[in-house]
Formats: sequence, C-alpha cells, structure tokens
Amino acid sequence: MNYSATIGLEVHVQLATRTKMFCACNTDFGSPPNTHVCPVCLGYPGALPVINEEAVRLTVMTGLMLGSEINPFSKFDRKNYFYPDMPKNYQISQYDRPLCIGGAVAIEANGVAKTIPLTRIHLEEDVAKNMHVRNASSIDFNRAGHPLMEVVTEPELDSSEEAFAFLQALKQILLYGGISPCNLEEGNLRCDVNCSVRPAGQPALGVKTEIKNLNTFKGVFQSLQYEIKRQIAVLESGGTIVQETRRWETETGITESMRSKEAAHDYRYFPDPDLMPVVLSSEQIECWKALLPELPRQRCDRLVRQYSIPPYDARVLSADKAMADYFEEACRYYASSQATRSAHAVAPSAAAGDEKLAKTGPKAISNWLMTEMLRLLSEKGIDIDQAAIRPKALAELVRLAEAQVVNSNTAKDVFAALFEQGGDPELWVKQKGLVQVSDAGAIEAMVEKAMADHPGSVADFRAGKSAALQFLVGQVMRASKGKAHPQRVQELLKKKLTTTAN
Amino acid sequence: MSEWNQLTVHQCRELLERGTCSSRQLVENLIEVIHALEPNLGAYLSVDEEQALRQADAADALRRQGKTARLLGIPIAVKDVINVAGQPCTCASRILEGYRSPYDATAIARLRAEGAVFLGRTNMDEFAMGSTTENSAFHITRNPWNRECVPGGSSGGSGAAVAADEAIAALGTDTGGSVRLPASFCGCVGLKPSYGRVSRYGLTAFASSLDQIGPMTKDVRDAAILLGIMAGHDSRDSTSVAAPVPDYQAALQRDLSGMKLGLPREYFIQGLDPDVEAGVQEAIRQCERLGARIVDVSLPMTPHAVAAYYIIASAEASANLARFDGVRYGLRVKDAVDPMDMYQRTRAMGFGPEVKRRIILGTYVLSSGYHDAYYLNAQKVRTLIRRDLEQAFQACDVLLTPVAPTAAYRIGEKSQNPLQMYLGDIFAVPASLAGMCALSVPCGFTSHRLPIGLQVIGPAFCEERILRAGYAYEQTTAWHRQKPPVMAPELHLTDKNDNEL
Ligand SMILES: [Zn+2]
Repeated sequence: MNYSATIGLEVHVQLATRTKMFCACNTDFGSPPNTHVCPVCLGYPGALPVINEEAVRLTVMTGLMLGSEINPFSKFDRKNYFYPDMPKNYQISQYDRPLCIGGAVAIEANGVAKTIPLTRIHLEEDVAKNMHVRNASSIDFNRAGHPLMEVVTEPELDSSEEAFAFLQALKQILLYGGISPCNLEEGNLRCDVNCSVRPAGQPALGVKTEIKNLNTFKGVFQSLQYEIKRQIAVLESGGTIVQETRRWETETGITESMRSKEAAHDYRYFPDPDLMPVVLSSEQIECWKALLPELPRQRCDRLVRQYSIPPYDARVLSADKAMADYFEEACRYYASSQATRSAHAVAPSAAAGDEKLAKTGPKAISNWLMTEMLRLLSEKGIDIDQAAIRPKALAELVRLAEAQVVNSNTAKDVFAALFEQGGDPELWVKQKGLVQVSDAGAIEAMVEKAMADHPGSVADFRAGKSAALQFLVGQVMRASKGKAHPQRVQELLKKKLTTTAN
Repeated sequence: MSEWNQLTVHQCRELLERGTCSSRQLVENLIEVIHALEPNLGAYLSVDEEQALRQADAADALRRQGKTARLLGIPIAVKDVINVAGQPCTCASRILEGYRSPYDATAIARLRAEGAVFLGRTNMDEFAMGSTTENSAFHITRNPWNRECVPGGSSGGSGAAVAADEAIAALGTDTGGSVRLPASFCGCVGLKPSYGRVSRYGLTAFASSLDQIGPMTKDVRDAAILLGIMAGHDSRDSTSVAAPVPDYQAALQRDLSGMKLGLPREYFIQGLDPDVEAGVQEAIRQCERLGARIVDVSLPMTPHAVAAYYIIASAEASANLARFDGVRYGLRVKDAVDPMDMYQRTRAMGFGPEVKRRIILGTYVLSSGYHDAYYLNAQKVRTLIRRDLEQAFQACDVLLTPVAPTAAYRIGEKSQNPLQMYLGDIFAVPASLAGMCALSVPCGFTSHRLPIGLQVIGPAFCEERILRAGYAYEQTTAWHRQKPPVMAPELHLTDKNDNEL
C-alpha cells in the first residue's frame, strides 16, 4: 500500500537581541555558566518581568516578512509546568493571542515549488540548560530568559525533504531580516516536529507523534525519515500508532518513546498578571513595514537588474544572504577599483583574448563564487563568512585577471591559496612571481628558443600538421613556468612559423 | 525613660531636625521596647539591631554634615514579604528559612534614598495568605489591645508593631485587605494604594493582579508621607502606572465641606457586629458635622466578591509559588531521587496548610475543564465589581464602610473554619478587585475595648481624596492617639541592658 505523510513543524528561534526577554541580562553565548543572570531570570522572590520591545519588533518583522497578520492586541500568558530548567516553573509564553497569525514560507523540494502556510508566530522565553556533571545535575541559567520566537506551521509538509527545504528557506529569511544569527551550533534554531502517516487517498489524518528538541536540520530530516518508515511499518503489521512524544537518538538513528508521563501536561495557561497586553497601533506596524528588509526573491530580481547577471546566477547568489552580501561587496570594490585601474597595472594590458576572462566585472565575480567558491566551501564544510578570501581580494583578483596580469590558471591557484590564507592577491602574485609574461621581447626569446630546440615540430607544422603548434606552445609555457600569456605565445609562434617559411 | 518610640514619622523628623534626639537614640529606644514586649507580642520575625544601629549612625553623621532627607534616620519596620538587600525575607514560610534578599524592592530603595532605617521584619500569614497572622510558620502575633485576640492579617506583625509602639511606622502589603484588616484590628492607620500606584518590584508575589505595598502608621499624615515617597512609576514593574504623584500632604485638610460620602447599602447588613456598626455610624455623623454630604449608593455585586477574589488570588498564587522548588534558594530536602521527588517533598515540607490549600484551589480553578467555569467567570465578576464601584463614584467622592464585619476575635476562633474567615474579607476585597485605593482609620472601640476601623474607599489614583477624608475625621477625634493599656507596665520592667528591674 502507498502511504502519505503529514508533517507540521514548530521552530524555536533565538532572537538577535542584546538583552534577554524580560530582564537586562546579556544574551552572549559561550560565557561561563551563570554569569548572565539576575533576580528576574533566576525567578527570585519579588522579581518582575519587563517586555523586551526589540524582541517584539523582531517577531513582528518576521510576521511581516512572512505575510502574517499582526495582532493589534496580543498578550503574554503563563504556561505552568515543573522542570529544573524553568526558574519560575512557569514559562512566559503566548497562548491565545500571539503576535502574528498566519503567513507562509515558499519552498522548493525535489524540484517542486510549494507554499507552506503558517499557523502562528509567538514570543516566549527560553529555558535554562541542564548539564550532568559526574553523578550530579547542574543548571546554567545564562540561556534562561533568552527571547525565543516560535514559528508554527500548518501540518502541510509531505516529506522529510520538504521539512528540510522549509527550514532552509525560513533560515534564509530570518538571516535576511537580521532576526536571528541562526547559528545551529549555538542552539539558535531548535525544532519540534509532528508527523503522521495514512494510506494514500484516505482523507482523515493518521495519529501523530511528536519528536522534540531537534537542533540540526539533518536531525529533522533523518528523524522524519525514520519516523515515517516506523509508522508505516506499524500500520503494515496491523498495529496502531500511539499519540506520544518521541526522542531522536542521533547515535542510533532511531526515535524512542518518552515516558507518556512527561508528555501529559495540563499547562493551565492564564494571562500573566505581571505584564500588560502588547497593543500595536496600525501606525507602528506601518512604520515597521516600511523598514522591511529585502527578501531573497526581491534581491534576486534586483541583482539581475543592477549587475546584469543572468537570472540563474542571481537565484543561486541570493539564496544565501551571506553569499549575496559577499557578491555585492566584491562588486562594490570592483567598481571603485576600476577608476584607479591603470595605476595598479603591473604589466601592460593587451587586447582581451582569454575566453574565460572575457566575462568582466560582476559576471566574473559571480562565476568565481558559483564555481571555485562553492566547491571549496563544500570541500571544507564551512560558510562563506569563514573563507579567508574576502570580497575585496576577489574583486582585485578579477581585476588582475582582466588586466591579464595573471592568466586564468594562475588566477585559480591564487584563489585557492587566498581561500586558505587570505591576503592581497596583487601582493601574492608579485611575491610568488606569478605575473603573466606579456612582454613581447621576453615571449619572442622563448618562442625562438622553443623553435630552435624542436626543429622537428617546426618542420611538422610547416608540413601541415597543425597539432605541432600546440606542442610548441606547451614548450614555451613550460619554459615560462606557466606565466607566459598563452594567446600571445600562440599568435607569435604562428606568425614566426609562417613568416620564416616564406 | 524616654518614649520616642511613641512618635509618629513627622514628629520624629521634627525632633531629629531640632536635635532633640538622634537616630541612634530613637533606634536604641525601639530596640529596648521590642525586647520588652516581643515575648508577649511576637510582632517581629527578626530584628537586625546591628544593621539598624549602623544605618542610624550613618543618618546621624549625614545630619551633622547638614544633610537632610524626608526620612533621614527614621526607623521603619517591614513586612517579611518585601525584599530588603541583605535581610531575610521568609514570607513567614519554612520554605524560605535562611534565605537572604540579594536586592532591594523598589519601594524599599525609595525609602532608603530618603534615609529610612530598616529596623526589622514583621510577622505575617505565610505568603500573606490569611486574615489573622496565625498562619505564620514561626509564631503567632498577639493583638496589643488584647493578647488573647488576633491582630488581623496578613500584615498582623506590622499592625501590632505600630500599635504597640514597637515601630514608628511599618510597611504592610494588601492583596484582599491585608493592610486594612490588621490596621483596623490593631487600631492604627493602614492605606492600600490603587493597583499600580506603588511598584511591586521586590514584593514577593501572592496574587500579582491584586498585591500592593501600603503604609501602616500611627496617623493619616504619616501614611501620606510614606505613600508620597513610595508611589510612582517604576520601569521594573510593568503594572506600575506613570500617573504623576501628587503632594499627598497638601491634600490633608481639616474640613470636609463639599465632599460627598457614599454609604453602600450592601455593607450595612445583618451579621455586622453592632459595636462595629455603631462606631462606623458615629464616624459617619462626625463626617457630616465636618461638612460632608452623605449619599446612599448600591454595590449589588458585593455578595460575589469574596468568591471571585479567592478564585483569582489562588489561581495567580498557584503559579507565583511554583518557583519555590528547592533548586535555586530556600529549603531543599536531602536525598531526593529525582527532580520531581525533590519538588514534592520540599514543597510538602516547606509550605503550611493554608498555602497548600490555596495552591490546590488555584491549580484546580485553572485546570482544563474547570478554567472557564471558575477562573473566567471570576474575571467577569471582577469586571462587574469594578463597574459597580465606578458607578458609585459617579454619585460620591469616596465610600465610607466598616473595614470588617467584626473587631478582632480570639486566637483560634476561626482558624479551623477557613470559609468563615474568608467571609471576614467581604468589605475589603471589592476595592482590591477593582484596583481602587482604600484607607483604614481608627473610629472607636467595641464594648470589649477592641479597636474598630473605618474604611474610606476612593477611585483609582485618587489617594488624595481618601487621605483628606481620613485626615479630617482623624483630626477631630482622638481614637488614633489611644494606646493599648497593657503595654505600658512591661516597658519599665527592663533597663537598657535588658536586665529585669
Ligand atoms: Zn536576568
């Protein structure tokens, strides 16, 4: 039998605020345990929360970017349950009046475009971190009270691929909006997934299970793949799915039932009497709307317009905010260096000839990013921010190549070297003696030497074997240690071979 | 021996400014009296003599340098539910035994900035839950007027300390009458500010939508002085209101001409103690003589107030008290097998029966399936009660009522019957639910010579009105100047060194 899966996601996003949700404590990650704490975020007697307005703004901005309806009147509620990582044993969250209602995220999975509708986006406070030290438990409250935005989707994702694509698309938008650093290692994005299966064609949804606290996209993908298979296997063998919370075990690659006791909560929500409702005027919302950042799709269109690059390039570049930022910064350096280009030239420039370098400026930068950069990044498994070659260096490298100071092969080597070590390409080229030899006299000397050393090939060429020309070019290039301008070498050889024959 | 301990705040200030006495002498005098009376009274949970004397010396030093402030060198007693940096804050509960506050409540910080000396921590019902101070986990407090009687609650320690001149003035907290009731039972002045008038930051929460810190003093002027210092917006408390703080002392006038005083029909009912009724009626006549006009008003929702109050207050308390779990501070049982075991046993051991009763009640009324029937309906009743009062204030400036249906009763008399005790709050809770301000002023004695309290209720943020009415009445009567007679002899039984004479 064929089965369809139905998946819903709850994504918890740590917001990029300087201070915590309800107190003035710093949100820095990686500080020694319990150094960013105060009576409020430790839940001391008498301490009171005060809403961080920046967190409200970031959540509303997210809603505006995702097309949500912004609630003009929203409020905070207490969600009651006992857990050691909860300083007050209730979490301040939003129950029936979240900041944002609805909205959607456009995704593309398996080559199919789809829009995933959102249920809501609300704001709450993060909990502390439990740690087990030998046979004792300890708690780091630095994270307690960090603003946490929860994005809840409708159960309209059909596969683990779609869930993965959703998370990537959401992450890009959040990065574009400056909503969160989206650093998965630091736990900025954490995900709960709901999943059910049913025989294809059956209208009623199957019984769902929830997998909690996944902190990598890969974990979401793999746990869903496992869970869907598991549920199908249960149904196939005549069993029934139990509605429960399950835990993803990264090491073994399976989901395991958590004790149902932990899952069965009556949270007894009620409005937090310590906080006033959040009332947003339409003027305020309009004002924020005007400050909305450019989103991936808008940026793609603009890149095409502004830089005359092909739509395909623009799409690839704008899919990653950091990549697009890098591209535009490199283009800015490129444009500003053009004015002073001649002053920089270290070798006479000649007529453009190299076919690869014919694409100048933005298109050349785009080529570098989409080929060499992406290849090296994926080889090293790092983000573009971590690449040692900075936009300015790439712009200069492109300019050096255009000015034929280096040939294309050398440029690739320079790129690879700077990718690792960083630095100034011009300086690098000079220090390593990689400047392309375009000087007519020097090339002529090498050409004449090659012809003298290989009279057989000269004769072959003159006898009509054109392949001999490539051999001679190769000899000259070798003699120049790859620095000779290959086009010039070829032109000069041709000229000499034909003229001398006359 | 000197009797500076009997002074009011404004009298202290005068004598300190004139140099008649020093802050140190004042504090030493109080400590002496506390030593003498406490064995029979139990108003305090702790007195930090050393710190109080250090603060007094610092205040005296400042005064010698020509500095002054509204409370410079004047000792204040603080209910053990308000945080004072470095002092205990047990809330009269075992679960916070040994806990010390890491910070000052905003109200405390404001009093400190005016030079106040923090003398000690007064007894209370555990977590302010009670009307008699019998629910303290440590000891009961006796009524200075009759040691067999309760002082009222939950701020019974503050009421008794002020009435017995163990303090110049004190802070209490009022959630559903906890300042007004002990003020009434002990014969002192108690003011519950409008909700949002005084910051709650640093007040250990019982019911967050109702709690307010209020002064308990020997006269109305002192209440005006302390309120003026504590009131005003606090960025640490979102529910504190940014309304300007008027000069409350300027509102104190000696006549009531042009004022309309409303008498809510529903407050003068069967079951009202005849002595209490007589005292309040005489007070009303006195107000008339001072130029006030008396109008009849109706508050039809009154009978539902107590039920709504206990649902809302308990619901909020069930969440507010969840933080006492043994993880970060306070009591923690040993050898817990897991966190849940630790919570259960710590809380079972740390909380007293009344606190447990309210946590269970509050948890129940918020539970799914019951939430709408109890919690939501109680909120609706609350709205109707507020409308009742707002409507009444269309016809009058303030309301005059008894604080409670009876004067102080005997220790143990109602502690076995919580429901009967809850009904004693009937006249106090409507103002709390509506967020309005209310004042308790002494207005006579019963035939058993127990104080009676007159309640003056005003609209939200109209504290000037209740202070004006209370002051004019007080200044033409002498009830507030009467001293509990049993206290005097004991005062002279000890000397400075606490030796029996
Ligand atoms: Zn904090």
